[in-house]
Amino acid sequence: MGVCVFQWSVFFLALLAAASSSLAFQSDELLVDDDEFGLEGGVQRKPPEVAHTRSPPAATSTRKRFSDPDPDSKIQFQLEHAFGDSDFSPAGTFTARLKTSNHGGQTLTKLRFSRNAFTSEEKDKFSNLLKADDFYRIRLPSNVLNSPGRDFVISSVKARCLPRDGLDEHVVIHTDGVNILAVNYGAPGSCPYRRQLKLPSKWSFNSHTVLKNSEQAPRAPIFTEEILGGGEDGEGEVAKPPEKSLWAKYWMYLIPLGFIIMNAITQAMNMPEEQAAGQGQAQQPTAVQRGGPPSAVRRR
Amino acid sequence: MAMAVRVFLLLFILFSSSTTPSFSLYEDQVGLMDWYQQYIGKVKQAVFHTQKAGRKRVVVSTEENVVASLDLRHGEIFWRHVLGSNDAIDGLDIALGKYVITLSSEGSVIRAWNLPDGQMIWESFLQGSKPSKSLLSVPANVKVDKNNLILVFSKGVLHAISGLDGEVVWEKDFAAESIEVQQIIQPSGSDVIYAIGSVGSSQFDAYEINARNGEFLKKNGAVFPSGFSGEMLLVSDDLVVALDATKSSLVNINFKDGIKFQQTDLSDLEGGSSGTAKLLPLKLKEIFAVEINAFVVFISVTGQGKLEVVDKLSNTVVVSDQLLLLEGQQAVALVHHGDGKIYLTVKLVNDWSNDLLKESTVIDHQRGFVHRVFINNYIRTDRSHGFRALVVMEDHSLLLLQQGEIVWSREDGLASIVSVATSELPVERDGVSVAKVEENLFEWLKGHLLKLKGTLMLASPEDVVAIQGMRLKSSEKSKMTRDHNGFRKLLIVLTRAGKLFALHTGDGRVVWSLLLPSLCNSACTNPTGLSIYQWQVPHHHALDENPSVLIVGRCGQSSDAPGVLSFVDTYTGKEINSLSLAHSIVQVIPLPYTDSTEQHLHLLIDVDQHAYLYPRTAEAISIFQREFSNVYWYSVDANSGTIKGHALKGNCASAREVLDEYCFDSRDVWSVVFPSDTEKIIATVTRKSNEVVHTQAKVIADHDVMYKYISKNLLFVATVVPKASGEIGTATPEEAWLVVYLIDTITGRILHRMTHHGSQGPVHAVFSENWVVYHYFNLRAHRYETSVIEIYDQSRAAANNDLWKLILGKHNLTSPISLYSRTEVVVKSQSYFFTHTVKAISVTSTAKGITSKQLLIGTLGDQVLALDKRFLNPRRTVNPTQAEREEGIIPLTDSLPIIPQSYVTHALRVEGLRDIVTVPAKLESTTLVFAYGVDLFYTRIAPSRTYDSLTEDFSYALLLLTIVALVAAIFITWVLSEKKDLRDKWR
Repeated sequence: MGVCVFQWSVFFLALLAAASSSLAFQSDELLVDDDEFGLEGGVQRKPPEVAHTRSPPAATSTRKRFSDPDPDSKIQFQLEHAFGDSDFSPAGTFTARLKTSNHGGQTLTKLRFSRNAFTSEEKDKFSNLLKADDFYRIRLPSNVLNSPGRDFVISSVKARCLPRDGLDEHVVIHTDGVNILAVNYGAPGSCPYRRQLKLPSKWSFNSHTVLKNSEQAPRAPIFTEEILGGGEDGEGEVAKPPEKSLWAKYWMYLIPLGFIIMNAITQAMNMPEEQAAGQGQAQQPTAVQRGGPPSAVRRR
Repeated sequence: MAMAVRVFLLLFILFSSSTTPSFSLYEDQVGLMDWYQQYIGKVKQAVFHTQKAGRKRVVVSTEENVVASLDLRHGEIFWRHVLGSNDAIDGLDIALGKYVITLSSEGSVIRAWNLPDGQMIWESFLQGSKPSKSLLSVPANVKVDKNNLILVFSKGVLHAISGLDGEVVWEKDFAAESIEVQQIIQPSGSDVIYAIGSVGSSQFDAYEINARNGEFLKKNGAVFPSGFSGEMLLVSDDLVVALDATKSSLVNINFKDGIKFQQTDLSDLEGGSSGTAKLLPLKLKEIFAVEINAFVVFISVTGQGKLEVVDKLSNTVVVSDQLLLLEGQQAVALVHHGDGKIYLTVKLVNDWSNDLLKESTVIDHQRGFVHRVFINNYIRTDRSHGFRALVVMEDHSLLLLQQGEIVWSREDGLASIVSVATSELPVERDGVSVAKVEENLFEWLKGHLLKLKGTLMLASPEDVVAIQGMRLKSSEKSKMTRDHNGFRKLLIVLTRAGKLFALHTGDGRVVWSLLLPSLCNSACTNPTGLSIYQWQVPHHHALDENPSVLIVGRCGQSSDAPGVLSFVDTYTGKEINSLSLAHSIVQVIPLPYTDSTEQHLHLLIDVDQHAYLYPRTAEAISIFQREFSNVYWYSVDANSGTIKGHALKGNCASAREVLDEYCFDSRDVWSVVFPSDTEKIIATVTRKSNEVVHTQAKVIADHDVMYKYISKNLLFVATVVPKASGEIGTATPEEAWLVVYLIDTITGRILHRMTHHGSQGPVHAVFSENWVVYHYFNLRAHRYETSVIEIYDQSRAAANNDLWKLILGKHNLTSPISLYSRTEVVVKSQSYFFTHTVKAISVTSTAKGITSKQLLIGTLGDQVLALDKRFLNPRRTVNPTQAEREEGIIPLTDSLPIIPQSYVTHALRVEGLRDIVTVPAKLESTTLVFAYGVDLFYTRIAPSRTYDSLTEDFSYALLLLTIVALVAAIFITWVLSEKKDLRDKWR
């Protein structure tokens, strides 16, 4: 057992060492600099470590375009919004740096967002949305290089979720290289059902933006030497139904059996006595001896 | 004393003979609660083997890619082979009188099977370069000599294959000749093979090939100025018939000595009427059939190539291939259908006016029309010719007709189940007759006496057989009423033929069947049944109302074809109502609302993303309006790689003048666009809508609570690189990766996104409670892998950790949850190797969701493996602590164990397994499992063992005996002790 434990721990350590990079991996969400927007988005902040994104072979055309000596280049793309079913109109601009990694992949970093303030017309529209409990919709191009790319990614939220003091918004952009897969738009906090109508006291946006990339899946554990020993051992262990003790299985029979045996013994002990009582005195001394103590007790 | 000893002995015997509790299946328990049915599918081709054979049989190939040998007397399967799903059978014949030859996979695989037992004798792979028709021609003479070659034309190459060992003797490539070969002819007794066909539309070529070595002998060619269209039919050894390009005249082509064309106008032949004609692809001699203007015209060819109309029948007639009688005559069977009967007529080809046989057979109208017929002859006792016909019906069933009767029938439509639903059986009513009860009582007593004998090991071998038989066909399990445990149900299955069957879960028998009239009426061409939904499930009126199901179908194959709805009573099997819709159906959303008659509300989405509400009642609309703003749905477009979320907008702003208040417009609420060059959607899975989750929280080892993120609106999506979407081995690990997503379908929020490098599909996944299990191929490890993702809700954990709130009932576990609130989820994931290739994954479901879950994995060997979910727990560690062990965490291993005892299908194989359906029974511990493919298999399993009931084989008699013995013992000891007391008192 001691050896076994030792082995287990050794392999666990080995595994830890082997997989430490993937285990230590943290989400590489990037937060917009708080000083610029003055936000309370600290919850989401994670150390901006090296992005563990996979690097897909970017389309040749895009790579060509960015093959200039400067590995980073600045790009811009627009956030557009719509009120209910209205058409989309520009609402803000994202600026980001496009980082080209060694093996040709490109990733977006250092996302910044500048939101246009609502015009009075837009304020009216937004108020109408609030009254009707309708959707406030935004969209982003699905490819930041050749906007709008194939399509726009849309997200929407019930307008009543946004107003706090001002208008709070939380934008999560899921990217894959230069592609934007999806954008999730919503309130940073909760938005309980039975949304109450509440007009914002000031018409300025508090924006949080988060850039998200794909995580690496954890690898299947590999026990190289242990496949033969430990693996099968574990399997064998679980294959067995949990062992019950004899008592747990048959207590319902054992208890009456015990009673009966006890009874039978008492009877057997009493029987000679009866005989003795019936036939005067015992002819067998052993029987007398055996029956002695209990009768002594009774005669008390 | 003696009494006590005897009691003791008796009890001892009882004790020692009492059965040990059993958890897995014993050999004699097979068939007690499971059943298994074998099917073959719709028959495409049939070859009879009746001459000088002890067991008369028919060999068939089917649309489910099955080749089978059936007993001609009873219709049972002698042997059967299910070829792969992409290995369709093109040709079937018997060679050398002992081998069944099949040509499959577009003519690239030819196999020989031993006729008596179905063993494979040989198999040859044929190479070819260009796709073409595949033709199989097996010489009819049974002589075993060197000339006995099987001719196969496939992929532009003519192969001659030895019938004995499957070796390719010679081959002739036609790829360079640009000829489209239509027929391969080997006139009997000659050494010349003719390959004929057309080049382009107007050139006719005939090649003569030496049958011994494949040498080119001669090539004849001629141009027919009007051109050909479609098929060429062989009428005799030197004559083919084709239609000209306008399809209005027939061309007969004599190719023996130079090519001679002879054109005959169809209107001249048939008189007056004109129209486009179609040659029926039948193998007839000296006669052929043309379908024209809803008629089938039989035309015979006389000696000088003159054509003559022999008969003209309506096109509902079905014609068999010809049958060679002993005297060298040719017979043909014609089958008509009319007023609940089918009429079988057998005619001689050279003597068309006389009927050799004319029979009519009454047939169940639920079988529809006749689709195919195959005939076979036998010698009657009076030395005249008798005929039997194998008939394939519209519902894919197979019948053998002989002497005007159905000798046997097979419900082979059940091999192609499309959708499954379940229905409860009627509630048992009071008022059973006394006689029945008495008989039952007697039977019951007898049965129990036998069982008692069995338990006491006093039963004779005959008694044992009787007990076994009783257990197998215990009337209890096949009753037509609801039972206390909810084991007896009806499985309502829809087959590809558009037929609905109700199967009893007790013994698998067909309770009723219905060929859906709304799908099969003439207004709808090419109808397809899509799926079944629960329409009305009465709870409050269970005694006087019958449940019904909704069958959704569409007219035609394309997704924009108009839809058809049909409502069927599940007790009687009658269609209550049907609707032919003006709009198409791409999605059916059962809403979680019911109206006052307990009809479920359904939302049907059409191609243009309009939503239609059913049932179309004012009440339904009022219920629906209440929840109008809370209805969302999503659509997945795998071709363009987008997933979109939709919400309702308002009534249809249609151009139509009538406002349809049951029609609603939709708008896109969110969209996810996958980059087309790196991701392609290969699997999307959601939770079952009727799944019940019992506990929302999980107490982990350190007494902390984790809240499961339970949302019915979660979608699991798996994408792969388009390059790696092919078969395994076509992409290198570096260029293949698999990305999995968990997407909230209300807001479009991506809750989790994870990349598996070096992995590719096919992905099979199952989503239940707060976890997903998916199976894929790891190219780096060269193995299949299975991963699990569990999602936990962090925000609720923070809100609910105050114990006092929970105690005082102020927790928010029951308050409505808005998905517009930002959720914080924690995702745990782990991967394991799993050696099996998987065809389907499912999960057990129980009534209350208390019982632990098992995954049901359909393996490549067409078996169903049950695997505890405990093995797929992302919290498994290599060395769990004592507390974790107590919680039930298994030490981490790199692969999932495959325990041979945990095959649900024990020794059986559900051939062609396609899906596994689980239905909760009323008894919490038990799940009903129905696996279907070509075969059907049903059983019930208890993932945590039947902890809430006694096992089937629990010996009540033993219990009774023990109690009686105990009472007796108590009584006896009481008497004895009384006596003793008395004696003591006298002392």
